[in-house]
Amino acid sequence: MALKKFRGAAIAALSIAALATTSIHAMAAGTLRVGMTASDIPLTTGQTDQGGEGMRFMGYTVYDSLIEWDLTSSEKPSVLIPGLATEWAVDEEDQTKWIFKIREGVTFHDGSPFTANDVVWNFEKLLNPDSEQYDPRQSAQGKSRIPAVASYKAIDDFTLEITTKEPDATLPYQLAWILMSSKANWEAHDKSWEEVAKEPSGTGPWKLESFVPRERAELVPNSEYWDDTRVPKLDKMVLMPLPEPNARTAALLSGQVDWIEAPAPDTIPALTGNGFEIVSNAYPHNWTWHLSRLEGSPWNDIRVRKAANLAIDREGLKQLLGGLAIPAKGFLPPSSQWFGNPTFEVKYDPEAALALMAEAGYSPENPLKVKALISPSGSGQMLPLPMNEYVQQSLAEIGIEVEFMVVEWNQMINLWRAGAADPSVDGSMSINFTYFIQDPFTGLIRHLSCDLIAPNGTNWGHYCDPEMQDLFKQIKTTFDAAEQDEVLKKTHEKYVNEALFLMVTHDVAPRAMSPKVEGFVQAQNWYQNFSGITIAE
Amino acid sequence: MFAYFVRRLLYVLPVAIGVSIICFLLVHIAPGDPLTAIMPVDATAEEQAAMRSAYGLDKPLPVQYAIWIGKAATGDLGKSIATGRPVANEVFAAVKNSLLLAFAASIIAFPIGLFLGFVAGYFRDTIFDRIVTGFAITGVSVPNYWLGIVLVIIFSVNLSWLPSMGAGPGGSGEWAWDYAHIRHLILPAVTLAVVPIGIVARTVRALVGDIFSMDFVQALYAKGMRHSDVLKHVIRNAAPTALSVMGLQLGYLLGGSILIETVFNWPGSGFLLSNAIFQRDLPLLQGTILVLALFFVFMNLIVDVAQAAIDPRIKRS
Repeated sequence: MALKKFRGAAIAALSIAALATTSIHAMAAGTLRVGMTASDIPLTTGQTDQGGEGMRFMGYTVYDSLIEWDLTSSEKPSVLIPGLATEWAVDEEDQTKWIFKIREGVTFHDGSPFTANDVVWNFEKLLNPDSEQYDPRQSAQGKSRIPAVASYKAIDDFTLEITTKEPDATLPYQLAWILMSSKANWEAHDKSWEEVAKEPSGTGPWKLESFVPRERAELVPNSEYWDDTRVPKLDKMVLMPLPEPNARTAALLSGQVDWIEAPAPDTIPALTGNGFEIVSNAYPHNWTWHLSRLEGSPWNDIRVRKAANLAIDREGLKQLLGGLAIPAKGFLPPSSQWFGNPTFEVKYDPEAALALMAEAGYSPENPLKVKALISPSGSGQMLPLPMNEYVQQSLAEIGIEVEFMVVEWNQMINLWRAGAADPSVDGSMSINFTYFIQDPFTGLIRHLSCDLIAPNGTNWGHYCDPEMQDLFKQIKTTFDAAEQDEVLKKTHEKYVNEALFLMVTHDVAPRAMSPKVEGFVQAQNWYQNFSGITIAE
Repeated sequence: MFAYFVRRLLYVLPVAIGVSIICFLLVHIAPGDPLTAIMPVDATAEEQAAMRSAYGLDKPLPVQYAIWIGKAATGDLGKSIATGRPVANEVFAAVKNSLLLAFAASIIAFPIGLFLGFVAGYFRDTIFDRIVTGFAITGVSVPNYWLGIVLVIIFSVNLSWLPSMGAGPGGSGEWAWDYAHIRHLILPAVTLAVVPIGIVARTVRALVGDIFSMDFVQALYAKGMRHSDVLKHVIRNAAPTALSVMGLQLGYLLGGSILIETVFNWPGSGFLLSNAIFQRDLPLLQGTILVLALFFVFMNLIVDVAQAAIDPRIKRS
């Protein structure tokens, strides 16, 4: 009888095992090969380099942050959601003090548990040059993302306290940048970040299996991931740096990759004609001219600023870009949760533009002369030369004669950091610089805050306005998320109503992929979730 | 012969020092900031200054040069600012891949170039000569990156016969001499070979044509020497110049081609150099240029010595 029972139990166990094996095989669904625009594999140790693409492919894949972006929907803008922290709140009495509840039961890829002490260890890695684990490379990427953080301590294994330098309600957005590496893994690799880079360990849904610098990185699913809904369905994801756009397109067309980032607009017809899909969506990016507000700048006249914004036929520009753009209606994309209801409508109205220019004392016969700083290429700059020539022609039609100062992209970054008053910009009155505008700081505060005037910060144009400054202060001191959203809307309305930038267009993050790629939802975000993807047979 | 070799070797030293100074100054004169690659664009001025100091970029140029050349003399080319990896590892891994490509391109280019050049020179002013000359001029004139793109469209995209990019199915780290890997080499090697084919063919054609019209060839025929023996004399007289041209071409090939390696995403020294330029990665840029320049210098040395061995007149001069 006992033997019979044992045999029955054994058969049941084997059946369950067989079913489990079958379901694992059924879940595993192919290899996705991605052609990135980056020229190298992004830094693998935690805080990534290579900009937004680095975070997208090597950051939020291998690692997690305390607070993350919701990447599940393509329909609505991404919002913050719990990540390695399940909840957080500011102290009502002392608004510089925040308490975070750390998610229990999370382990790193090396098997070590994740606790509040690991968060402290990771902050030290970025902020404390005297700590043993301080990594200048990761610090260079991460330190400037958390300017509010003054101190931090683990109250217990699953409770963390962070103190900010001053009350700052944007702290959750800042923390979404910071990725958690494993202390145990670092110790196992002789406390060497160079060695960790070869075999990193995070808590993310993907594990880095192998990589060849400048050639490829292979990620495999972390089947133990704490969020069941984000355990990858693929067997493997292979990342390949393919910086040259034509090489990327050829690799996709010849079947060497299944997915490429940022196909060049002129290759879109060939790709779609061969059955490849172009996936795109709005996301927090803009293509603007950042205007000089130094004394004597013609852009100080609101009539000139509004006229310039009314002079550009953005639908025509969209055609030039193969339809891969969203015409600007403001500084933020129209779908942004912080867009608000500006009273000034950004549209193409050349007659109104001419009238405003006439009021300001200019006409096509008596043009206003301005100098504009542009680059022939650059990360996120879309197609800067033809686009700027289009803008130049549009402005000429209402009496603004633009002379370009063209500099190479790397030098452009220097001139952007230097600011409008620096002699190196040679009197340029605007700079064509595209922006990552995903959170309150990067989206609004950093461009126009009085305390961030270049070269101390990124307020290139030296704009300083008490009313705007007060709005920025309100953003930082409004701890209720819904109320903070209202302040952000008001701030953006002021951006648009006063035409503080020449607002031209928004990129749509196009990516081309084989029809075999299924299950991808392109979130309105710089980062994406690759867990739901499968490759059809 | 040994004294000649030593003398030529000594000439290399000042050339190498001159090359190191020029390449150091060139990369520092170019506008741009190496920190762009490793810091967010909106990093504060204070953070940038701290990082500049950490990499020694705040020191005067002569001091930076002295530190760099001192370490380079011991084989330490520093670490890449952009990747943090040792420059020597990066450069030698890339040079290895460029060598592979150069080797393949040479195997294609030199025999074809020599053969076509000899045939054209031998049959000078005939239809063969015109066809070969036309082919050679086309080879030299066609932009090879354009040819590379055309070959990719035909053989990778339309026919799906050959891969369009990369150095093997698993990357260059797993290179093997099997079809799966060699097929990755075919398109870039053929593209890279076109220019040397044209240059070698034109040079050999001119040489062979000129030598055939020389008095000593007529004298050899007049003495009743067999045609095949006369050809040997012609070849021997053409060899030093042909060797010199092939040596130079090999030097160019070994240096890697930025355009070809970019079109085919081939992880060689040209591709490395291109990334280093765009990222203003000074240590990587200096290290790569120095290694490639020294390669070129030594290639010239080898060619000079080989020429001297073939033609004693050179040694005597």
